[in-house]
Amino acid sequence: MTVIPQQVSPVLEVEGLCIAYGDGTAERRAVHDVSFSINPGEVVALVGESGSGKTTTAQSIIGLLAANGRVERGSIKLNGTDIARWTDRQLETVRGARISLVPQDPGNSLNPVKTIGAQVGEIFRIHGALRPDGIDDRVISLLARVGLSEPALRARQYPHELSGGMRQRVLIAIAIALKPQLIIADEPTSALDVTVQKRILDLIDELRAEYGTAVLLVTHDLSVAADRADRIVVLKDGRIQEQGAASVVLAAPRSPYTRQLLAAAPSFASAVSRPGASWAASGVHDDIVVVDGLVREFAGEGKSRFRAVDDLSFRVRRGSTHAIVGESGSGKTTTIRSIVGFDKPTAGRIEIDGTDLSRLVGEDLRQFRRKIQFVYQNPYGSLDPRQSILQIVAEPLLNFSRLKRSDREEKARAILSRVGLPEDAVARRPHALSGGQRQRVAIARALVLDPQVLVLDEAVSALDVSVQARILALLQELQSDLGLTYLFVSHDLAVVRQISDTVSVLRDGRLVDGGVVSDVFEHPSGDYTRELINAIPGQGPRAAA
Amino acid sequence: MSAYLLNRVGQALFVLWAAFTISFVLLQAMPGDAILIKFQNPDLGLTAQQVAEIRASYAADSPILVQYVQTIGKFLTGDFGYSVQAGVPVNSLLAAHLPATLKLATLGFLLASVLAILIAFLSSLTPFTWLRGVLQSVPSLFISIPTFWLGIMLIQIFSFRLKLVPVINPGPWQELILPVFALAVPISAPLAQVLVRNIDDVLTRPFVGVARAKGANRHWILWRHVAKNALLPTLTIAGVLFGELIAGAVVTETVFGLNGIGGLTERAVGSQDAAVLQAIVVLSALAFVIINLVVDLLYPVLDPRLRTKVGVAA
Repeated sequence: MTVIPQQVSPVLEVEGLCIAYGDGTAERRAVHDVSFSINPGEVVALVGESGSGKTTTAQSIIGLLAANGRVERGSIKLNGTDIARWTDRQLETVRGARISLVPQDPGNSLNPVKTIGAQVGEIFRIHGALRPDGIDDRVISLLARVGLSEPALRARQYPHELSGGMRQRVLIAIAIALKPQLIIADEPTSALDVTVQKRILDLIDELRAEYGTAVLLVTHDLSVAADRADRIVVLKDGRIQEQGAASVVLAAPRSPYTRQLLAAAPSFASAVSRPGASWAASGVHDDIVVVDGLVREFAGEGKSRFRAVDDLSFRVRRGSTHAIVGESGSGKTTTIRSIVGFDKPTAGRIEIDGTDLSRLVGEDLRQFRRKIQFVYQNPYGSLDPRQSILQIVAEPLLNFSRLKRSDREEKARAILSRVGLPEDAVARRPHALSGGQRQRVAIARALVLDPQVLVLDEAVSALDVSVQARILALLQELQSDLGLTYLFVSHDLAVVRQISDTVSVLRDGRLVDGGVVSDVFEHPSGDYTRELINAIPGQGPRAAA
Repeated sequence: MSAYLLNRVGQALFVLWAAFTISFVLLQAMPGDAILIKFQNPDLGLTAQQVAEIRASYAADSPILVQYVQTIGKFLTGDFGYSVQAGVPVNSLLAAHLPATLKLATLGFLLASVLAILIAFLSSLTPFTWLRGVLQSVPSLFISIPTFWLGIMLIQIFSFRLKLVPVINPGPWQELILPVFALAVPISAPLAQVLVRNIDDVLTRPFVGVARAKGANRHWILWRHVAKNALLPTLTIAGVLFGELIAGAVVTETVFGLNGIGGLTERAVGSQDAAVLQAIVVLSALAFVIINLVVDLLYPVLDPRLRTKVGVAA
């Protein structure tokens, strides 16, 4: 498609690439006629939602397509040499040495039974790049280079002893070890907390500048691409929608799809306060959730106690949305588990709709669960794969009421149509639905008992932005129609700003900031809140950074 | 760690005690006993009075609870009692029969492991889909072969037809070749099945993709990344399979006429020789418990994730 006028020859040229997956008999094409190029030292972002073919394209470049995938047509030129049809044996000399990979999921991308040092050193052994007695020193200096403290100790540790951000640094160390010409970063930060995400992206940027390595950044997040990329390639259903300089694509998108993506992405900077926030001034105190001095301790090593939640207090008004924000380990999950009565707090008081939770036991506790329902992050894992959608949604009624089967199903159908699920989906099983549809089912299941409070635990985090926008709209509509109260747990401050009235910012189990969303985000009182806000991607293109 | 160890040893002792007690109760509950079977034989011409006296000399007429306490006391000091049928202490019977079984079981287990690993890794390494299919169907074939039938077939083919292994007066190792094979085949099947599944499972894990992105080839990945991860869960199965091994040894020894614990068990059951059976049950339970204890204690050594943080830092 577009060819940038160039003096330097590109590191990578992809031309007319078509990739198909076979399923035994038929072949289905996943990537159609994709062309783009990357110059030395340049960052190009492949942006698209799930199923857009961005990962398939990236995998084909490093020759790691799934076994049933095949490059049908087109070429992948690395420094002018077409490697699209190279054998595995030929590609093995390129992988790691000239093209390397920073994978998506640092949690599972390191071998759990080998030390960090062995896994970093391995790349030198595979390529015979260093004398064996020089490898250990080189590994330690690499680990230091990617910003790991105590690199000699880290080299002796195993992956489970490191945090997600540290593991991603290790994987980056592996990727830069042989100073490759191209690094493919496949959603390198989507599994990480927002402040860690910023540091990791900064590190990749820094190394790119230092080594002159080109980076192919694969991401679903347009704002990450906006911050980090020189050029953006937007993919949808395996076809390029548009490509060009990042600033141009973002400022004046030519394709309707890019415009749609931009509109759907919850942008932090442009968010307006919720119109429904007028109650704040009304002065009526009708708090449906009261958390007062909540403490939850766990037994630690030996006799020590670990405080997951430390003296946390907040109140949520009936019919409003309260967000609980924090990074992993901040105590978000423990807090909401206590609120729904799955976990007994060590100290403190939780009152839901005037009922003190700590007094409830047995059947009273079970009946209480009608009032407060849960929507989980993973819309696939939380639905029984062997039940039909109708059974899934009708099941809670079986536990709580003596309705006849036909009445239960009628009620379930009504709720399912209320959350916008097509009529023909009710007989299907979860695997036959898309991610957004599954999350609608999870919401319907939570609503079927007519609860007053809905706990949404990262309920939209796993969804594509356009789907996310639709689910958020549904949630807001349901709230105003049914008078629901939401407890919205999220790491995504842009979404939080868009949907919630009040917020509690947690760190290490403590409340560091809280109150009305606009106050907290515009005048953050704590350093941590400020750091969180600054880490949000999409606040300025790379040129400005 | 020490609390964990104490807990596991405590569990092991409980299992031993339970095995002893249950087998004691069952053996006592059976009608008749070894003394009656041996001495009530009309050919001996003993009167009821004389049989009763013999029973008294074996302390077989004292109350069950007293016998239970006495037997458990003796077992604790390593005295397994007296075999009525053979007329010798159980200890000397065990000493005569145990070595053959130990050799058979150990070699059988080693061969089973080798067979399982060969099947699993060859099927993963082979570039040919058809060979992979053949190799992966081998375990289901192996698991459906009865040990006694395999034993008979092996003797027929290798001893009588091909005359490769002598049946009459074989050497001490020669006589083990066929029984070890007959024992190993059915044991190797579940091991291979679990291993094949584990390898396939580990191959889909993201860290394998990272290893490929480093430029590692198939062999490198299989040996350096997949092997250990796939073998770890197999260890549990290996511990459980020890029970199969004992059961298989009884049949194998009978088919091949080996003078081991299997044959001893068979004869003791036939003559209701309670003392011998009691000793064999406790001994098998002991071996089972020790093997599973070793497997459990080996896990933290092999899998760094199971070591406590303190242990690693130290």
